[in-house]
Amino acid sequence: MKASLLRNRIRIALTGMALAVGLSACGINNVPTLEEQAKAAWSEVQNQYQRRTDLIPNLVETVKGFAQQEREVLIQVTEARARATQVQVDASTVNDPEKFRQFQEAQGQLSGALGRLLATVERYPELKSNANFLALQSQLEGTENRIAVARRDYIASVQAYNTELRTIPGRWIAAVVYPDAKPMETFTATAGSDKPPAVKF
Amino acid sequence: MVMAWNKGAAVAQPRLTWGFLALLAASLFFTPVLAQTFPALTGRVVDQANILKPEERAALDAKLKAYEDKTSDQVVVATVSSLEGTSVEDYANRLFRAWQLGQKKNNNGVLLLVAPNDRKLRIEVGYGLEGALTDALSKVIITTAIAPQFQKGNFVGGIDAGVDAILSILTGDAEQWQRKAEVREDPSSNMDAVITFLIIAFVIFQVYRGLRGGGSGVRSQRGSSPWIISTGSGSGRSSGWSSGRSSGGGFSGGGGSSGGGGASGSW
Repeated sequence: MKASLLRNRIRIALTGMALAVGLSACGINNVPTLEEQAKAAWSEVQNQYQRRTDLIPNLVETVKGFAQQEREVLIQVTEARARATQVQVDASTVNDPEKFRQFQEAQGQLSGALGRLLATVERYPELKSNANFLALQSQLEGTENRIAVARRDYIASVQAYNTELRTIPGRWIAAVVYPDAKPMETFTATAGSDKPPAVKF
Repeated sequence: MVMAWNKGAAVAQPRLTWGFLALLAASLFFTPVLAQTFPALTGRVVDQANILKPEERAALDAKLKAYEDKTSDQVVVATVSSLEGTSVEDYANRLFRAWQLGQKKNNNGVLLLVAPNDRKLRIEVGYGLEGALTDALSKVIITTAIAPQFQKGNFVGGIDAGVDAILSILTGDAEQWQRKAEVREDPSSNMDAVITFLIIAFVIFQVYRGLRGGGSGVRSQRGSSPWIISTGSGSGRSSGWSSGRSSGGGFSGGGGSSGGGGASGSW
């Protein structure tokens, strides 16, 4: 009698475990998993934009040394950078359309200003052959490319997450188990913002 | 009972067909978006554009294999006949990820991509080697070692010089142990989750069976022997690349990824 009671308990416990494992296999964890992936992709986007922001003061200084008369463009870049850093960005930005738009706009303006700066550089052969400038330029070029890749990855992971939230099994699961899960914002292709400024020499 | 089941199946059949057709239509609809055909990773030198002679290819392959055996860094040279309308940066990154160059844990792959018809080339660097082969260094390799040779039409000379430069930079840095600390790791793949699930389910099943069988005193065979699964079946991924096999044959990417590091150029 006692042994069978114990057996019953073990059976219940094991069934519970099997249920948990089975549920995780049928996708109950999809929403948080995809959410975490999208968040990781977002932090990579932030990371790469930050990297670009960090490169700019050095670039501005180098260009200044050779092309002091290009004050206007240099000021534009510096101001665009300042505006971009003013936009407070964190993990919650992805759920806030207004903040997300601000972020995208500020970074887009910075891209535009940088593009103009690099276009004016064409007129200064001495600057173009400066070793320090060449290194900075290739770093900037690499960063723009990393931004493009990070954005692409972010768009893909947000798409997967939002689709999970809006299609049937995931939608029900989210409604019951993850009521806090909200769709995330994604990048829209605004005029030229997703195109890295042409860095040619 | 059997009749009823059959009837149900007969009713379900057209629905299934419709579902299949819808799926087919959807896949047809989406194909143009996804269509990007990459050459197969047949070896460490993939010469789709056909700009290398077989012996040059073999020499390069041997050099890259020797380096890989020593360091596990996967350096691969690819020439493509077309970038298929995309930028060299985009193509290189997608190709790198499709081939999964570098080992999964270390992401230590490098791809030297040459598109002779577009007159573009790129050195795409995996996450794990970004600290060693920086964007600036990649650019220097392209402008000083590769592009001048390409301008003269000497593809093999340019590629060879580029590979030598890449390997020398990687070797110089590989001797410093710091690089190991910077290595970026990927989260474990779905495969691990599947394997874990299978193992747990297997264990639970066995315990369950054992309890049931043990209580009644009848220990039957059915619970044990047919359920033995080989644990090696799912883990082929991790040991994906050849070490002892001949060059070229059986070569595959180790599961690495790239986030767009490196540099591109033209000639």
